[in-house]
Amino acid sequence: MSSAPVEVEPTLTPDEITLRANPWVTIVWNDPVNLMSYVSYVFQKYFGYDKKKAEKLMMEVHEDGKSVVSTGSREEMERDVQAMHEYGLWATMEKQE
Amino acid sequence: MSGFHRHLRSQRIIATFSGLEADLLRTLASQLVELLRNEAAVPNDDRDPFEALMDFSGPTTEPEDPVLARLFPTAYPHDEEAASEFRRFTEGGLRDGKAAAAVAIIDGLEEAGLPPELSEDGLVIDVELEEAEAEAWMRSFTDLRLALATRLEIEEGDEEFWYSLPDDDPRAQIHDIYEWVGLLQETLVQALMGD
Repeated sequence: MSSAPVEVEPTLTPDEITLRANPWVTIVWNDPVNLMSYVSYVFQKYFGYDKKKAEKLMMEVHEDGKSVVSTGSREEMERDVQAMHEYGLWATMEKQE
Repeated sequence: MSGFHRHLRSQRIIATFSGLEADLLRTLASQLVELLRNEAAVPNDDRDPFEALMDFSGPTTEPEDPVLARLFPTAYPHDEEAASEFRRFTEGGLRDGKAAAAVAIIDGLEEAGLPPELSEDGLVIDVELEEAEAEAWMRSFTDLRLALATRLEIEEGDEEFWYSLPDDDPRAQIHDIYEWVGLLQETLVQALMGD
């Protein structure tokens, strides 16, 4: 007996497919210390985001207290969190609901 | 204080410090190195796994020093086991990286002519950094500012409090140093971004 091949469920929406492929998120939290310019620099340099996207995420961190800065597999998010800690940003990771 | 800028011809990131400023930066960087090497990076996990699992009242794996706790935050806030695994695999390397960046500041200042003991008046230190060195300095400035802010217990929007302190309050003096490193870092970020 062999197990049935895995098939993509036809009822999944594009968002659900993305969520299944990238179930984890890296969150950067606001702190009173890090400079806005520096946080934006880190998002551009490390994630390769353009200036506009980097500044949007930075403003979310600043104004909302946190921002999801990347999504992906657990291993990928562990790398991203580690890199954020290297840069002195306060980052955590969790599984998307 | 004019901070850092990119030298157009050499493309290096340059800054000029007085002997006192350079000596102060070296002192801050040295203290950071000492702190990073002081408290054990990896908790003792050589125990029998059963014993380790049973010991749920044992010390938390997060560093006890608040500065170290801020430099190495808990990656999984809702999953203690995953958090300690993550810490076990990352904290040693992160510590080494941060210590190396602080040492890059010390070495850079000394290579630029800062003597082991500052005695001479009117000493001027011209620092010229390659891209990778400048990036290490910038990251270490973050660590220094996080360390100072944690010791001072700086919070969001508390500037009024710091400016209201009398000049002879040691906290006011440390806060001035914190702001100075912030200005240095701001100019360094701008220089690296090429703005």
